[in-house]
Amino acid sequence: MRSVIDIMDLSLEEIDGLLNTAEDIIANPKKYADACRGKKLATLFFEPSTRTRLSFEAAMYELGGNVIGFSEASSSSSAKGESISDTARTISCYADIIAMRHPKEGAPYVASLKATVPVINAGDGGHNHPTQTLADLLTIKREKGRFDSLTIGLCGDLKFGRTVHSLISAMSRYSNVRFVMISPDELKIPDYVKQNVLIPKGIEYKEVKSLEEAMPELDILYMTRVQKERFFNEADYIRLKDTYILTPEKLSGAKDDLCIMHPLPRVNEISVAVDDDKRACYFKQVLNGKYMRMALILKLLEVEV
Amino acid sequence: MIVGQIKEGIVLDHIKAGRGMKLYDVLKLGELDCSVAVIVNAESEKMGKKDIIKISGLIDIDFNILGFVDPGVTVNIIKDSKVVKREKIALPEKITGLLKCKNPRCITTVEQELQHVFKLCDEDNKVYRCIYCETKADLESIE
Ligand SMILES: [Zn+2]
Repeated sequence: MRSVIDIMDLSLEEIDGLLNTAEDIIANPKKYADACRGKKLATLFFEPSTRTRLSFEAAMYELGGNVIGFSEASSSSSAKGESISDTARTISCYADIIAMRHPKEGAPYVASLKATVPVINAGDGGHNHPTQTLADLLTIKREKGRFDSLTIGLCGDLKFGRTVHSLISAMSRYSNVRFVMISPDELKIPDYVKQNVLIPKGIEYKEVKSLEEAMPELDILYMTRVQKERFFNEADYIRLKDTYILTPEKLSGAKDDLCIMHPLPRVNEISVAVDDDKRACYFKQVLNGKYMRMALILKLLEVEV
Repeated sequence: MIVGQIKEGIVLDHIKAGRGMKLYDVLKLGELDCSVAVIVNAESEKMGKKDIIKISGLIDIDFNILGFVDPGVTVNIIKDSKVVKREKIALPEKITGLLKCKNPRCITTVEQELQHVFKLCDEDNKVYRCIYCETKADLESIE
């Protein structure tokens, strides 16, 4: 049974296939409207994440399928102490595919070991969130038309931001990709990302502190949230927080075809004034997430359209 | 310094200097009935300094944990005061049940019946990671 727990579970060819399916769905939505007729998706959300859950549910409905599930541990049997393995086996009797979100890292993997239907990791703590990365990849493909020869700026919390780590892994498989890591010292990219991905693959990267200085060379700017609780003291937070807020002024040196991304939800790291800029792609990214989830559900259910 | 020859038993040689007592602990040699000698900072042509453990009894050694703590160890099996077998340790592919994941956000912290399993991810740097959350194991991860 094929599950997707980590973006690296998918080969480049498989990602290509998913991107092609997603673009075909966008071009011919009617063709897919009954593709999953009679199939059920179970959304098992052991912690609330309304936007991810709704994206999966909308994806399944647009494929003509149905959705069952729960959100938050309190309303499910896990509050009564049922193991992930038992939950996975039980739900496998009701549903054809499972999307699972869990606050503990590795929980969807544990579920995939015992489930008899495919499991999609919809986020496990600070660990993996492969469908977010798929959304990011479709956005890059649609906006830039390529994955190679890109300079990607990653800005904000690069230490705890799992979406950033997955994106680095995924993009590192393409040629001539450069990264510019823009963050305060406190939130720099962890060493293991450098040692496991960037250094062995010989990928060019640099670490800088100024968003404005990095701006002119960027093809993509991936913004993340800088959370107050990540700082050791309030003074540092106040000193740094505005540095990593994207405003129209900071975009003055940017390329005309820059693609601005953000995994959302944002708090204030992108000023609302940027939303009307044609380079702002973060709401398209949300929509792309739904299309990629549709493509992934089709692939894992082995539905031919 | 001379520690008496053993007639029958096991000699763990070429232990990285300073790792001898750690191995004594993790192999639970203190719980054995037979005599055990830990020699630290022995002279070694190859290594400069090394530790050696001599066990006067043919006990079962957990080669996985030995490989994790120090893959450079040589295991000498002694019978009738002679070395009858000499084995180099290889890094195990998987270590099950011996290391505990220290990540407080790992699923193993809440699912008690789950086995703690670590996989060799980087042979050159001897990196083992939890199969669930990918947290790196170190010497403190040993149960
Ligand atoms: Zn773990």
